[in-house]
Amino acid sequence: MSDSLQTLTDEALHALEQCADDDSLQAWKVKYLGQKGVVRDLMNKIASLPVEERKPYGLAVNGFKEALSHAYEARLQALQDAKLARDLEEGALDITMPGRPRQVGGLHPSTQTLRQIYAIWADMGFQVYKSRDVEDDDTNFTLLNIPPHHPARDMQDTFYTTEPNIILRTHTSPGQIRAMRDLGQGGTQPIRVILPGMCYRYEQITPRSEVQFHQVEGLVIGRNIRMSDLKGTITAFARRMFGEQAAVRFRASYFPFTEPSMEIDVECFLCDGQGCRICKHSGWLEIAGSGMVHPTVLRNGGYDPTQWSGFAFGMGPERMTILKHGIEDIRYFWANDIRFLEQF
Amino acid sequence: MRVPLSWLKEFVDVALPVEVLAERLTTAGLEVSHIEYIGLPQQTIPGVRYPKSDHLVWDREKILLGAIREVKRHPEADRLLLAMVDYGGPELEQCVTGAPNIGQYAGLGPLETPLWTPFAMEGAQVWDGHSEERKLMTLKGKSLRGIYNKSMVCSEKELGISDEHEGILLLDPQPNFVPGTPLADVLGDVILHVELTPNFGHALSILGVAREVAALTGQELREPSYVLRGRGAPVAQAIEVEIRDAQRNPRFTLTLLRGAKVQPSPQWMQRRLKAVGQRPINNIVDVTNYVMFEMGQPLHAFDYDKLLARAKGRTPKLITRLAREGETLKTLDGQERALSVNDIVIADNDDVAISLAAVMGGYDTEIDDNTTNVLLEAATWDFISVRRTAHSQKLFSEASTRFSRNLHPSRAILGNQRGMALMQQVAGGEVAEGLLDAYPQPAEPITISLPLHEIKRLLGIEMSVQQAAELLTRLQFDVTLEGETLHVTAPTYRTDIGTGVIGQADLIEELARLIGYDRIPDTIMADEMPPQRSFRAFEMEERVRDLLVSLGLRENISYRFSTPEAEARLVPPGAVSSFPQAEYVALQNPISADKTVLRHTLLAGLLENAARNLRYAQRQQVFEIGSVYLKQGTGLPAEPLRLGLLMTGARRPAAWPDSAAPAGDVDFYDLKGLIEGLLEGLHIRDYVVRRSTHSSFHPGRSADLLIAGQPVGAFGQLHPLVAQAIRWEGAPVLMAELDLEALISAAPVRHTFAPLPTTPAVLEDIAIVVREDVPHAEVEALIRRAGGPLLKDVRLFDVYRGSQIGEGHKSLAYALTYQTNERTLTDKDVQKIRQKIVATLEKQLEARLRA
Repeated sequence: MSDSLQTLTDEALHALEQCADDDSLQAWKVKYLGQKGVVRDLMNKIASLPVEERKPYGLAVNGFKEALSHAYEARLQALQDAKLARDLEEGALDITMPGRPRQVGGLHPSTQTLRQIYAIWADMGFQVYKSRDVEDDDTNFTLLNIPPHHPARDMQDTFYTTEPNIILRTHTSPGQIRAMRDLGQGGTQPIRVILPGMCYRYEQITPRSEVQFHQVEGLVIGRNIRMSDLKGTITAFARRMFGEQAAVRFRASYFPFTEPSMEIDVECFLCDGQGCRICKHSGWLEIAGSGMVHPTVLRNGGYDPTQWSGFAFGMGPERMTILKHGIEDIRYFWANDIRFLEQF
Repeated sequence: MRVPLSWLKEFVDVALPVEVLAERLTTAGLEVSHIEYIGLPQQTIPGVRYPKSDHLVWDREKILLGAIREVKRHPEADRLLLAMVDYGGPELEQCVTGAPNIGQYAGLGPLETPLWTPFAMEGAQVWDGHSEERKLMTLKGKSLRGIYNKSMVCSEKELGISDEHEGILLLDPQPNFVPGTPLADVLGDVILHVELTPNFGHALSILGVAREVAALTGQELREPSYVLRGRGAPVAQAIEVEIRDAQRNPRFTLTLLRGAKVQPSPQWMQRRLKAVGQRPINNIVDVTNYVMFEMGQPLHAFDYDKLLARAKGRTPKLITRLAREGETLKTLDGQERALSVNDIVIADNDDVAISLAAVMGGYDTEIDDNTTNVLLEAATWDFISVRRTAHSQKLFSEASTRFSRNLHPSRAILGNQRGMALMQQVAGGEVAEGLLDAYPQPAEPITISLPLHEIKRLLGIEMSVQQAAELLTRLQFDVTLEGETLHVTAPTYRTDIGTGVIGQADLIEELARLIGYDRIPDTIMADEMPPQRSFRAFEMEERVRDLLVSLGLRENISYRFSTPEAEARLVPPGAVSSFPQAEYVALQNPISADKTVLRHTLLAGLLENAARNLRYAQRQQVFEIGSVYLKQGTGLPAEPLRLGLLMTGARRPAAWPDSAAPAGDVDFYDLKGLIEGLLEGLHIRDYVVRRSTHSSFHPGRSADLLIAGQPVGAFGQLHPLVAQAIRWEGAPVLMAELDLEALISAAPVRHTFAPLPTTPAVLEDIAIVVREDVPHAEVEALIRRAGGPLLKDVRLFDVYRGSQIGEGHKSLAYALTYQTNERTLTDKDVQKIRQKIVATLEKQLEARLRA
């Protein structure tokens, strides 16, 4: 008995190994494990056996059934694995083919730099204040301590409108006067704002100069604001904008609306201060002008210069963008060439 | 301004390397933009960076001061000479040269006084004098027409001093040097190019820079001598002066030199004038320029005899006054100039203008070769008038630049004394006794009281009164102390120093400059924080930018300039413009013909950008946020913010496998979808569109957007006539221009969260056939009304036209969503509602359900 079962087992397992696809596997299953299959046949024979043989016979047939079932499961798994492996292989794509582009929008590089500037100043408590583009001569010049015919007016070539005394602002500094008068409540409140906006200069459009450009003005007014605060605050800004290690240089300069006045340079981050084309071999990049608010300007803003002091600064987002990305021609900014914009 | 170190050192000792000095000046506000070396080596100083200079450095061993003791003829060549040069060596060196300027000495035998000249030995490097471009050459021994030669007497070009190569450089006798002295010690120099801001008028001279150097480095300043000794008939008998407007001409001084000889200036003066960029003319004119560069006071020399002739027997007289309407003057450049009533002139006895004050002298009274009696003027003029004249006459001279920086009257008298003394030195003659000084209203000195605590309050540093006083004294301020207060008198030339609290700030700036800004500490503000404000308009503007970027748009920023013509092109011929009717803000001085006004619309700029980009990209989707400028009567214009949108070309970026057959070009509904996306992002729900009459858009394919019943702008397809007028060659352009401020204020500050449904929704599609002229909005509204509260959403997903539907009809397919949180809806519930919807549509619109 057990010998013939053994032969049957060998036969069945051999047949199973020949099954290479789902159909033959199912046929094998029907033949051996099906309702009318070999196992069932053997089981049915049990009734015709003498009682004492039934138990060992039953055990043997059960062992046979289990061996076949296990083998079937294993074979099924193996076939499935093989099929998966085949499918995966056949399903392989040429991953070097281009992806299908999504529609990508983007902010103008000037806006991106402006936002970077806003964020850094916001962390230091500076809020945005917006002031107008078209200004009167008084606010743009005279109230900023640049009276008519002052030599400092030569520093800024102005667009005049056909209406007397109405001009395009040459810098964001007139916003200082407007902010002080608007927020100062008659010179009684401290101020900490930045004033972003477009400025206009009557200059030939060249790779290095434009007729319009953004500026971000900063203004702090308080009862206890010192030049050392100006230095510390602007140094903090420069380190965040240009890197923790950035060396910052303060150099005496002249603006009629600040005193003392200074230009602020950072060590050229393109050459680590070794001197390159962008920094004109000086190792320094000019990034901002600043100074302590001139007493005349404080007064014009409604503050008593003996009690209040402040500092102001002005920086150019386009210039910063140019430096950061090595842009060689400022005329790209307003041309809106899609090939330029797509790089930001 | 060019500042030769050799000249600077006449007034102050410079112990620092010149590169360090330049850096020190730069940080103190006198920016040294460039250092020019003549023969001397550039030094590398750690931390001080200037571009590497590629000038010629004179070898101290091989480029020397030489003295030609004898000039012989070359035995074999007519045009060559043999210069016998004493260079301190054991015997004379024989140099073959073709220099024409020593030919006259040839064959004279040993010279009594040698000819001093630069001498370069074998192995020395010099510039090739015959080369057009700069080329170095190294001297090597070779035979020149039979005579062996290994050294050279040099021209200015060969040494890198100038482009002069007509002959060798012949120097005046050099009593202070022996032959063989390194040439670098004799002629080596460094020229600092100093750029001065308008407040540094007092430093617009070598002496002015020297003052700063002295103060910054703690060295002593050596002023030039202003002593003048006159003889003979006083100047006051020779000339009269009348100042008619003391405001405009505060001071007028004159001295007189009799018996002068006009000739070229001495070499030292010519060298210095050339070094600062001034062409030498003759000794009289050169002195006026020299003194101006030296100490900042411009001078003017008249030929006294010409004035005498004009006086016709009277005592010559100079009148200073404003020019008259229509008056003309021939200036010494030979130009006949029409004067304006703001110009100040100097007139003669007959009140005829003979000189344009402060700007340029007159032709008829100028110095010429025959001049013997020189009247020297040093005056002070109102700087605003000078600036005006310089601008209107377009005469920006060294003199007008200095006068327009507000020279103090004290400088006039010093300048005149210094100039006249020098003039006599270089032109001979006799200085007339005295100095005529017309000074009707002497200026008051500037005095300021500076309490010590103000320094701390504004700079944030501690300083003693003694320290502060010492620093200010270095800058020639007069300081007396009273407790913790400094009483300061400014030196007269410091016309940039104010009084009162402004003067205090001026002094504090001087203190900070002298200490060095780098020595003021960096601190964090300890002051009270200002009240925080919300600035919703700004935040929302940025939010709109973000939304549009997330919708796939690129931001443009265009010129805010335009022209009325360019904007008018957006309106079809004969149509009434929908753009603002306000007047333009027009420029008085436009920079170019395409930028004459500030824009009324963003659309013109966006279209121009798109047209330019069409060469690279058919598909464009962009936005711009910015002001337009609307004149409102007189005064400042309104600057409302606008949002502009532009899309054109394929709906989606091209991609394989269907790159060749993309999804089609964007149309009205793409733009509308974009705007709906924006409104949704802003949580604006209460909006409708209605057919637009905007002049720039296709009348059938454009709409006005109304939020809460208020129009906020229009959008649609560019009118075909406009597309034609601007020669648009791309796919249809869709554009929008919206009032950004209205949009922002319509966005709710808060919106309420809608709870998520707790029961499943029942979804169902329904296709309705209606007449072609029935708008979708009407169908949707009826469905919603009939559907009642259980119908949560209605979405159009297809429009079909075809023969099955019938001519003049269309089929609209809607996806309907039913849902209530009260219970789970059954098919039966839904069927009832659906029947009601269909019945309503049939009744109201003669619609039928599509089979």
